[in-house]
This record gives sequence, C-alpha cells and structure tokens, in this order.
Amino acid sequence: MAPLATLIVLFPLVGFLLVLANGTALKEKAIGIIGTTVVALSFICSVAAFFVLLHHSDREFTVKLFSWIDVGSLHVPAALLVDPLSITMCLFVTGISALIHLYSVGYMKGEKDFRKFFLYLNLFVFSMLLLVLANNLVLTFVGWEGVGVCSYWLVSYYFERPSAASAGKKAFIYNRVGDVGLLLAMFLIFHQAHTLTYLKVFYVAGTFSPTVATLTVLALLLAATGKSAQIPLFNWLPDAMEGPTPVSALIHAATMVTAGVYLLVRMSPVLTMSPDGRATIAVIGGVTAFVAATIATSQKDIKKVLAFSTVSQIGYMVLAVGVGAYAAAIFLMVAHAFFKALLFLGSGSVIHSLNGEQDMRKMGGLAKYLPYTFPTFLIGWLTISGIPPFAGFFAKGDVLTNVFQHNKPLWVLGIITAFLTAYYMTRLFVLTFRGTERFREETHGHDPHESPWVMTFPLVVLAVLSVLGGLINLPWAHSASLSGFLGPILGYVPAVAGSSTAAQWGLAAVDVVVAVFGLLAAFSIWKNITESSRYESSFLEHVWHWDDFYDATIGRPLTRLAYFSDDVIEPQVIDGAVTGVGVTVRNSAEGLRKVQSGFARQYALAMVLGFAVIMVFLVARVF
Amino acid sequence: MNVPAAWYLVLAALLFGVGAFGVLTRRSALIMFMCIELMLNAVNLTFVTFSRTLGDIGGQASVFFVMVVAAAEVTVGLGIVVAVFRRRNSTSVDELSELKG
Repeated sequence: MAPLATLIVLFPLVGFLLVLANGTALKEKAIGIIGTTVVALSFICSVAAFFVLLHHSDREFTVKLFSWIDVGSLHVPAALLVDPLSITMCLFVTGISALIHLYSVGYMKGEKDFRKFFLYLNLFVFSMLLLVLANNLVLTFVGWEGVGVCSYWLVSYYFERPSAASAGKKAFIYNRVGDVGLLLAMFLIFHQAHTLTYLKVFYVAGTFSPTVATLTVLALLLAATGKSAQIPLFNWLPDAMEGPTPVSALIHAATMVTAGVYLLVRMSPVLTMSPDGRATIAVIGGVTAFVAATIATSQKDIKKVLAFSTVSQIGYMVLAVGVGAYAAAIFLMVAHAFFKALLFLGSGSVIHSLNGEQDMRKMGGLAKYLPYTFPTFLIGWLTISGIPPFAGFFAKGDVLTNVFQHNKPLWVLGIITAFLTAYYMTRLFVLTFRGTERFREETHGHDPHESPWVMTFPLVVLAVLSVLGGLINLPWAHSASLSGFLGPILGYVPAVAGSSTAAQWGLAAVDVVVAVFGLLAAFSIWKNITESSRYESSFLEHVWHWDDFYDATIGRPLTRLAYFSDDVIEPQVIDGAVTGVGVTVRNSAEGLRKVQSGFARQYALAMVLGFAVIMVFLVARVF
Repeated sequence: MNVPAAWYLVLAALLFGVGAFGVLTRRSALIMFMCIELMLNAVNLTFVTFSRTLGDIGGQASVFFVMVVAAAEVTVGLGIVVAVFRRRNSTSVDELSELKG
C-alpha cells in the first residue's frame, strides 16, 4: 500500500516539475500529453489502492513518509492516511482531473500561456490529493492552501482583464477568511488532544467538553463556508467563473469546492460531540442551497447559472453533514462531481462553438449543430434535475430522506430547492439548445462547429458516469454500497431504518413530482421568450444584494478608515511624532554644542572639577 | 631610617597638584605632556607606597602597566606634537580648536 499511496500523490507533482524544468522547450502537444498522463497514472494507482483496500479487513493504512515537524509535544509527520473516505475522494478527484486535463488540451489550444495553465492544473491536483490523503490537519492545511493558491492563479488566468484579476483576489480573500476558521479549529484541537493526527484526535474526541466541541465545529464550519462557498462566504464562487471553463469544471465544481465538505466529514467524530454545531451546519447548508437556487433562476450568463447551481448543490451536501448523513454527503459529492463537471464541460463546448459567447440570450437552437455536446448535456440536465434513474435522483434522494428524518422544516426547504433546481436548469437548457437561433452575430453568420474529440470524449465518459453513478449507492443494496464502504470510519451515523420502505418510496415520489413540476414550469415560461422582468427579478440577479451589503458594511467603512489614516493620521500623528523627535534633538543640540569649545585646557578643567565633585561625594559618604 | 608612609603620600599629592596645575595653566603642548607625566608618576608613587605598606605586590605590578602605557602615550603624543609643530610652527593648544562645536 505504501508505494501506491505515495505514487498517487507524486505523479502530478512529477508532471508539474517536468513541465516546469523543461521551460519553453516543450511543444503544446507534449505538455498536454505529460499533464494528462501523470494524472491518469495517478488515477490508475488510486484504483489499485482501492482494490487493495477492499481485500483487507482492516481498512486503515497510515503511510509515513518522513518526520516533518518534531517540536516539544507537537509531532507532525508527513504521512498519508489511506482509508475508504480518502480513497473515494482520490478516485473521483484523479478520474475527473484526468478527463478535464484531456479536455483542456482541446479547449486551451493556442492560448498564450498554455504551459502555465497545465503547470497550475498539475500543481492543483497534487495539492488536492495531499489535502485528501493527509493523515493530520497540518498536512491537510498545506494541501488546503495549495489548492487555494492554484485556484487564485487559475481564476486570474486572463489577468490582463481587470474583472479576472479582481475575481482572483476576491476568491483568495474570501478563502483567507475561511482559513482562519481552520487554524482556530487546529488550535482548539491541539489544546484539547495534544495531537493533530486524525486517528489520534478521533480516539480522544469523546472527551471534548460540549463547549469546546461546539467551538471546534463552528471553526471547522467557517473553514468549510470559505472553501466550499457557503453563506456567508459564497460570493467568490460566481466571480471565479472568470477563469477558463475547464478550471470552473475541475476546481470550482467537482473537486476543490467540495474540500470543505470533505473536511467536515473527515472530522465527523468531533462533529458527533456537538449537536448544536451540527444543527448550525444543517441550517447553513439548507439556507445556502435555497438562496443560491433562487439566484440561479435569474442569471443570464450560462456559467453563472452553473456556479450558483454548484453553491446550491454543495449546500445540500453541507445539509446532509449537518443531519449526520455523512455517507449521503459523500455520495452526492461524487455524483455532483460527475454531472457538474459534465455540465461545465458541456457549457465550455457551447462557449467554444460560439467563439467565447457566454450570454444565454445570444444562444438558442444549438441542438442540431452540436451532435455530441447536445445529448451529453441533456443527460447532465436530467441528472441534476433529479429525474430517475440518473445519479442525481439517487444522491439527492438519499440526502433528502435523511433530512426528512431529522428536520422537517429543512426538508421542506430542500424540496423547494429541488423544484428550483429543475426549473433553472431547464431554463438554461431551453435558452441554450432550443428556441430560435440568436447567435449569428457572434459566429459571423457561420454555423457553430462541434468541438474536437479530446473535448467530446470526456463529455461522453462523464455522461455515462452520470447515468450509472447512482449504482454505487443504491438504497436497497446496503452492505455492497458506498455507505457500507464508508460506514465504519464515519462518526455516529443515524439509522435511516426508522423510516419504512413505504415512506422511502413516498419521499422519492415527492422528489420526482417536484422535479417534473420544475421542468414543466420552466418549459412553459421559457419556450418562446429569452428574458422576462417578471421571472428574473433584479433582486435575484444581483445576488440578493449580498455583495452590496458587504461593500456597505465592510468595504466602504474600511476604505474610509484608510482615507482617514492617509489624510489625518499619517501627516499629523505619525509625521508629527517623527518630525517632533528631529526638532527636539536639533534644538537641544544647538544649546549643547556651545560646551564643545575646542580648548583642551577647558576640558581638562571640567575633568578636574568633575573629579573633585566625585571626591567630595565619596568623602561625604564616609563621614 | 624609616620614613612614614604618609610623607610619601603627601609628596605624591603635591606632585599630582603641580602636574594638574600645569595642565590647566600652560599653553604649550610639550609642557602639558610633561605635567601629565608628573601626574602619572605621582600616582605611581602612591601605588608603590601602598604596596609596601600592605605587603601586596599587586600595586608594584600596576606601576609597570602604567609605565608601559605612559611610554606608549608619550610616543604617540610627541609624534602628534612634532607633526603639529611642523605645520604651524607652534605648539599652543589654544590654536588647535578647529573641532569646536
């Protein structure tokens, strides 16, 4: 197991170093082949590690690479933890990364910074795998920051565009706020457990007092809201769509943004200790899912719709974590990775065919021009809408069934969100592929062209995965499913057994009915129109004025403070102090220089007098 | 004949006073140097006196250090005086006040 686990992490790093070291000597094609191959090799190692794991009764391997930090009572090894959770993450991260690397070869063809793009992408995969496989919080934090910085570089990839540059900064700063949470959580855990290694922390997690456990969980939640774009830190993700579309698919849909959910699931034994903390998580997740879904109904940019959809789907995962359904969260994460990567890559293919146009009002009627993109996108659309038997139906159903057991109001919110999901995805689908052709201006009168095979092949694979993804966790195959595989290592998992099979069928029926209603509603509204002030309220289009709120409460006061410092504090207080010291010294020197007369005998006299004074003092002390 | 230690000390004090008076009153650098030597040797005399009285050899050892330092100081000092004299044809210290504040 040791060599396999090491290789999973090392391959992308090797790819990064190869391309880095060979500088500009490599041609585009060679860079693409190296980048894709190393990630594919990493995927093969993950599959091998998965099968090794299946054939061991003890499903936890710690692979120690070297001792990293060894100070006092703090021992942090550079070690990897291979267990069902980390290997599940590895499988879909490397698998989807490999497909998206392949896609990027076609999508980024001829870009000025092609090499830089693959450098960052490989470094990203390395960091993500480090985050997932680390056996302690410190190493996870290294990966956490690594994916953050790669995300920053890739969002501002077109940095000549001011909007891209500022979107990168926004992503970075929002993530930094979340990182404070992770650091605080680490401090709290170290203070309580005197270790940061996961398995050792879990061993003593039961002894945490409720207050400490709740504080830790809230700190972890802050970390997750930053990285996974949840309320209150979700605004950066839509702006991150300034990056190239493969980046949106890989980092801002399938992998990195789920890191927050992964962290929460990883720390599930600590979450178990704090019912209050988990209730907060559930509320944050449910509300985010709903708010983001409402916003997605009114966006005009195809990628923005998908971005808010991602926020909403991750909200479902966080909600699942909140009610203790960790396996359901991971199931939805995997299924979401399949269909959201598919949808993003499909939208990339559409954008590619229209020479970079992203506004859905200028699309329409593309179905007959894109023979591969259209059917695969169709599958992605049905999957996310929750139509059986696609993966999304099972995954979302699993989450909602668990939520129903624990929190009825949040379940209602989840069902409304499911309706909105079907609605906005259908709107996107209709505006893009159906209706009249409105793109002639963008394509200069030509027909849109289908993308090359390197781009359509990943679409087909992801479409197949979206169709079959539900099989990994069928509700009636409990031991031979993802839940059964993950079960032993998760914290307290509430039994769904309380609900009868009939109730499960009933809940599934509700899911399907709302999804179908969503589809029909969107079809009837958007069949003939491309914009509507009635169904696209400006409040929703402007993201509930969330950015304006931050601007008014944080941005502008801080700017005012900065101007105040510049106008008053800097010239008067700081300069005043500095000049004051100078003036005082100069004035006193004016007086003191008179003493320095230049006559040696005067100095001698001063010495003698001084000596006399000292003598008198000493003599006076004796008597 | 046994001279009391106090006499030596009084002599040393007188020599020191003469030296200090010379340093403060004379203008010639050369004379000032001689006066400083006088002061140093006055101190040497007290060292030897106390060494003798207390039976401690440390005082006499100190005298050797003072002599060595004084010799080095005179060497450097006379060198400077000669150099100043060559430049200005005078050794008056009152004229050497370029460095006043």
